[in-house]
Amino acid sequence: MVDAILSAPLPRAADAAIESPARRALRRLARRRGAMLGLAVIVIFVLLAVAAPWVTPYDPIAQSWMTVRKAPSAVHWFGTDEVGRDVLTRVVFGARASLMAGVISIAIALTIGVPLGLVAGYLGGFLDALIGRLTDAMLACPFLILAIALAAFLGPSLGNAMIAIGITATPIFVRLTRGQVMAVKVEDYVEAARAVGNPRWRIALVHILPNILPALLVQATLSIAAAIIAEAALSFLGLGQQPPAPSWGSMLNAAQRFLVNAPWMAIWPGLAIFVTVLSFNLLGDGLRDALDPRER
Amino acid sequence: MLTFLGKRILQLIPTLFFVSVIIFSLQQILPGDPATIMAGEERDPAVIAQIRHQYRLDRPIPIQYVYWVKGVLTGDLGESMRIKQPVRSLILEKLPVTLQLGLMAIVIAVTVGVSAGIVSAVKKGTVWDYAANVFALWGLSTPNFWLGIMLIFLFSVELGWLPASGYVPLTEDWRQSLASTIMPAFVLGNAIAAVLMRHTRSAMLQALGSDYVRTARAKGLFERAVVLKHAMRNALTPVITLGALELGTLLSGAVLTEQIFTIPGFGKLIVDAVFNRDYAVVQGVVLVTATMYITLNLLADIAYVLVNPRLRS
Repeated sequence: MVDAILSAPLPRAADAAIESPARRALRRLARRRGAMLGLAVIVIFVLLAVAAPWVTPYDPIAQSWMTVRKAPSAVHWFGTDEVGRDVLTRVVFGARASLMAGVISIAIALTIGVPLGLVAGYLGGFLDALIGRLTDAMLACPFLILAIALAAFLGPSLGNAMIAIGITATPIFVRLTRGQVMAVKVEDYVEAARAVGNPRWRIALVHILPNILPALLVQATLSIAAAIIAEAALSFLGLGQQPPAPSWGSMLNAAQRFLVNAPWMAIWPGLAIFVTVLSFNLLGDGLRDALDPRER
Repeated sequence: MLTFLGKRILQLIPTLFFVSVIIFSLQQILPGDPATIMAGEERDPAVIAQIRHQYRLDRPIPIQYVYWVKGVLTGDLGESMRIKQPVRSLILEKLPVTLQLGLMAIVIAVTVGVSAGIVSAVKKGTVWDYAANVFALWGLSTPNFWLGIMLIFLFSVELGWLPASGYVPLTEDWRQSLASTIMPAFVLGNAIAAVLMRHTRSAMLQALGSDYVRTARAKGLFERAVVLKHAMRNALTPVITLGALELGTLLSGAVLTEQIFTIPGFGKLIVDAVFNRDYAVVQGVVLVTATMYITLNLLADIAYVLVNPRLRS
């Protein structure tokens, strides 16, 4: 009788109980149509950006005075710009600048912000107060204004725009990490890790950091959306990607002068920013719901 | 309450100190030497040296900082190197323009965002809820400079209803003033409306599921009274305080919006100053915006405690 009970297969509920948190979150994410749509669009844009030279037959930089401001047609699906360049080609190549700016600037913010937040939240005391006030001070300066000032200091280029956006986005991650660490460090498993004599750096990196990653992942996804808009804004003002290299923001800047005769020059790059940002927002929202413990 | 207020104000002192350090550092990190720029094309070394001495640029950086803070505390924000006007008067001249734009944007954002949030929560799971959520996603994902360009194309180029650029002061001709600011105000309010919608929806859903709303329903009150008198009153408190914190978004948005619509406000002032290496103006504008943001933050905190009796103790 006892053998029969022991050899019987575990019930399905028990299967569910031993499912790893990451797998559970992925399963819940896969059920969210909005998030999946966002992810699909992001993947398409990444593929387009990587395969840009093979996607379109035109050069994104070469000018052609024979095709200046041509309306959309079978030859130029999105029309041409003020110096005869194919708008679709420039939108596809422009995806490289925008996606790179979004990902790299948030990677910079995470690299600086997470260690500072860990130190502030875990150690507390004077360091916490110092980092906290510095974060408050940076957050008090409007995001774009600070990014403009930093980008102007570093000099106009895509790389410098990414650094400016990354530095400006850092306080959000410091504050988030600090808050998460303060909540997690009083948990029993952290106490247990401390009781068995783990050094502080090990507790912070091995026991606390993995448990705050979901919150950081959600914020990073939503921040990439904000960073893409910020890069486009800086390029629009002439502080990001420099002409003639394609970027959605600088394309919009040029389009503004030809709104009466060539509105397509403004429609497509703007739509590309909107769709990309919307996709990251959808994915971020989906991740937040999928990783929320209350949704279990 | 007084203890809370005292603690909150004390916390502001180090924040304001760091804000002043960041803003002062902007002068150090902006490219180019201000004295050389001010000396003009001839770049006479004697003139450059005299400018350096006049603006104390030849002193050590900490000394320059002390002089700058002294000036700020007495209301002296320095002089624009390009326009040769006190920064204070430049800011006072441009501030009303941005304030008018900001105020109109807030009215649009609150009207649209809060209404959409309430409808979305009350009609949860219906097509209205879906539409309101789509609206919020649209607002959060649309770059305001693109929205501005598209609105100019539609309402100025195609329909010819509104001016594409420029600004008419409210005191000069209120109709023309509204016509010149309605599009930029809508562009600015759009993103904030989306944030307010999300906050309102979440707070309303929480309020509608609470015991006091259940009690109100059990008493036989009309649904309208339950929603408007009981749920909404309580839900809007955090929404209003959270909305106040959107000022930063508003000021950042104003930079681009004023650029697109050629409105001579705060945003345009800072962009022009950055491109002209007009350090004093950059510092002044960032200082004023940061101080406004910090003050509003403090007022929002106080308002939250005042209207929430549970927090007063």
